[in-house]
Amino acid sequence: MTTAQKSGSGTDTIGNHGTGEGADESAGSSAPGAALSVSVWRGGPGGGRFHDYEVPARESQTVLDVVSWIQQEAEPALAYRFACRVGMCGSCAMTVNGVPRWTCRTHVQRVAANGRLQIAPLRNLPVIRDLAVDMDPFFERWTAAEGRFHPGTTRHDPMAPVDPASPARREADAAIECINCAVCHAACDTVAADPDYLGPAPLNRAWTLLNDAKDEGRDAILDAVAGRGGCLSCHSMGSCTRHCPNGLDPMRAIAGLKRATALRALRGRR
Amino acid sequence: MIRPHRRHPLWLAFALHRVSGLLLALFLPAHFGLLGTALNGAEPLDAALAWTDNPLVKFAEFGLVFLLAVHMFGGLRLLALEFLPWSPRQKTLAAAAVALAAATGGAFALQLV
Amino acid sequence: MLTPRLYLAQRLSALILAPLVIGHVAVMIYAVQDGLSAAEILGRTRGSIGWALFYGLFAAAVAVHAAIGLRVIAHETLGLKGRGLAALTWAIFALLLGLGLRAVWAVTAGGAA
Ligand code: SF4
Ligand code: SF4
Ligand code: FES
Repeated sequence: MTTAQKSGSGTDTIGNHGTGEGADESAGSSAPGAALSVSVWRGGPGGGRFHDYEVPARESQTVLDVVSWIQQEAEPALAYRFACRVGMCGSCAMTVNGVPRWTCRTHVQRVAANGRLQIAPLRNLPVIRDLAVDMDPFFERWTAAEGRFHPGTTRHDPMAPVDPASPARREADAAIECINCAVCHAACDTVAADPDYLGPAPLNRAWTLLNDAKDEGRDAILDAVAGRGGCLSCHSMGSCTRHCPNGLDPMRAIAGLKRATALRALRGRR
Repeated sequence: MIRPHRRHPLWLAFALHRVSGLLLALFLPAHFGLLGTALNGAEPLDAALAWTDNPLVKFAEFGLVFLLAVHMFGGLRLLALEFLPWSPRQKTLAAAAVALAAATGGAFALQLV
Repeated sequence: MLTPRLYLAQRLSALILAPLVIGHVAVMIYAVQDGLSAAEILGRTRGSIGWALFYGLFAAAVAVHAAIGLRVIAHETLGLKGRGLAALTWAIFALLLGLGLRAVWAVTAGGAA
């Protein structure tokens, strides 16, 4: 029941490997019986405002727990999304105290500022209602970035060997564990400024495919990511990498795409 | 102030690179215009340069040297990020770029006074 | 808002500019020691093919680099695109190149003729 008990527990550390996100947040106190002051954005495409709720503070409480408590106890009509609650499905991302986060794996203690939480829908995507955003524009960009496998063989052909130690495979492996949560999309200011920009996650996906020995769509991928709104629009500000809850580094992946694009242009094959 | 999702070193490096680049680009026409006065000999240029004795202009000159240096060193970091083998130490490199620019600006300021 | 060609032009001009900026800043730190005067500046540059080439290349590279940089800013902050954006890019390039080469001419050849 004490706060000391939970620090270092398994659920607290799994999945937060390799990312510095949240490290600078002041730890809020959650004495038993204490309440959290939570502002939740409610509204729709036409606009909305923050509504305030008092939520009982609990041990090892996640931001998603707080949102669920509000929906179950105070505001049955509150719209929000989640599915797995263990950081795998990528559906629970919201803006927490101004920072995009996966709410199911974000402990209130790590992000609450003096017992306060402000919860808003993700940035850079149209709001459907309350905390639920329309993810279509995000996934349309995956398609536009050729973020799909391009097979070159049939089941009758021999399998192409993939060397797990090859540099290309290592690049792909480092970038592959994306859960499509759109946290990076919400964090990126180039996405906000340029409606054509494909954004970090689709470009990161294109990079994994470009490094996949079995993908035969190299030219299609490079055509897609070299075009308007492609990798060349990225300013390497690193907000994607900073906030990716899975510790991926889209900024690095995009730098790789830029190099591949530049080399192809230098060889005169645009 | 700076919104929470932007409070990290590489975003600040981006902002510094953009602002310095914009200011330098806006300054260039004035700089070229001033030197262009030498087309009519040394006197018009001297007249224009007399204006630079103003302490405020001197401070602005120091600012310009810092902006130029920070845009160059920061830009070299970006070129390395894009074209050299990946380094995970981007925050350190960004800080080093600012430090080098500050040293350059400092060296210039020491000569000014 | 960059085509591969514009991107390459931006990065190549940056690569050219980096050593020129270092040279320019070094000269400035040396030159401002006893204040700026037209005689001192022109005494160094007049009739010098070396300085004419140095600053001629500088002006050309900076015109390319600044035009593309401002193009990106215009697209992202003003929402400019298409023909308007292309026209702005070329206009900035032409303006900076014209003013820059005029200034280089003024301090290396102007008046001497
Ligand atoms: S590094 Fe690129 S993709 Fe990532 S936040 Fe910055 S501009 Fe967006
Ligand atoms: S790259 Fe990271 S932040 Fe972006 S969608 Fe994938 S898991 Fe989420
Ligand atoms: S609910 Fe699945 S990742 Fe959070």
